[in-house]
Amino acid sequence: MPEDAAYQTHDPLLAAESWLSEGKGVALATVIETWGSAPRPAGSHLAITEDGEFEGSVSGGCVEGAVVAEAVDVIGRAEPKTLEFGVADETAWRVGLSCGGRIRVLIEPLG
Amino acid sequence: MKASILNQINEARQRRKGAVTVSTEAEGVRELFLEDAMPEGLLGDATGKALRTGKAMSQEIDGELLFFNPYVPPVRFVVIGAVHISQALAPMARLAGYEMEIIDPRAAFATPERFPDVALHADWPQDVLMNSPLDAYTALAAITHDPKIDDPALSAALEANCFYIGALGSRKTHGRRVERLREAGFDDAAIARIDAPIGMDIGAANPAEIAVAILAQMIAVFRRRGIETQH
Repeated sequence: MPEDAAYQTHDPLLAAESWLSEGKGVALATVIETWGSAPRPAGSHLAITEDGEFEGSVSGGCVEGAVVAEAVDVIGRAEPKTLEFGVADETAWRVGLSCGGRIRVLIEPLG
Repeated sequence: MKASILNQINEARQRRKGAVTVSTEAEGVRELFLEDAMPEGLLGDATGKALRTGKAMSQEIDGELLFFNPYVPPVRFVVIGAVHISQALAPMARLAGYEMEIIDPRAAFATPERFPDVALHADWPQDVLMNSPLDAYTALAAITHDPKIDDPALSAALEANCFYIGALGSRKTHGRRVERLREAGFDDAAIARIDAPIGMDIGAANPAEIAVAILAQMIAVFRRRGIETQH
């Protein structure tokens, strides 16, 4: 664990600022819409570096892996991207939103 | 999102100031508005609503779908007085999601036995508040009935512009309090910010019901803040 306070407090926006100051490529994922019993409310953040480090949560662990993978791509292309996860589509079955809800996640590059 | 916007969000959160970002799916975060510089018109209505409710939301404005994400500092709820009402109020406030702390210099009242699981300061308000100053996201309820304890806390709350300031006591008691605060240099507009007698008028008849009335009034003021000044 790094000594940096941002990592210790598990605050995605502080982690993002700290990563940017270290010169890392960083993306921010934000829940922009929820349907049903989504585990994290709209506005929740997950910050991701180009190396796949992350802090925060958009789903309580269900879809973070998929979001991190897409975020690395977003950092590379420097363009925002929106993803939707839900029990109805196959991706969601694979990554598993166990609660039965659906969420829409906006991933944007920072800096 | 620009790094400068991210820095401003973090700075606002650190200073306990409210802020709202506006995003589109195509651009990500487009703009940041701080609570003391909110926009006008429809955009202002939407940012104001997000800030008051503390909930992120989407709204179409001028044919464009915008996402509003508020960053609202957690409310601090300071109660002056380790009294009966506070014993009922502490668990109610916790259930409603508000962090409550109690200040009372009377060590016989402010005991952990009477107040389990509550931040308790058995010290004078002016001493406690010097170390952790009040701010605009703090609510203060002064309910000791003792001017020596309540008055310095009420003065500090007025100076810090706490969003809610309530004081226990009859109209007559409050009349004398108003005189003392005038002598201390507060004008009538400032003094009028104090809700007294404290609590929403529900005909509360015992300490627990007064606690409900105080909590309801504090929540009402918090959720409706800024509405009257916006239009």
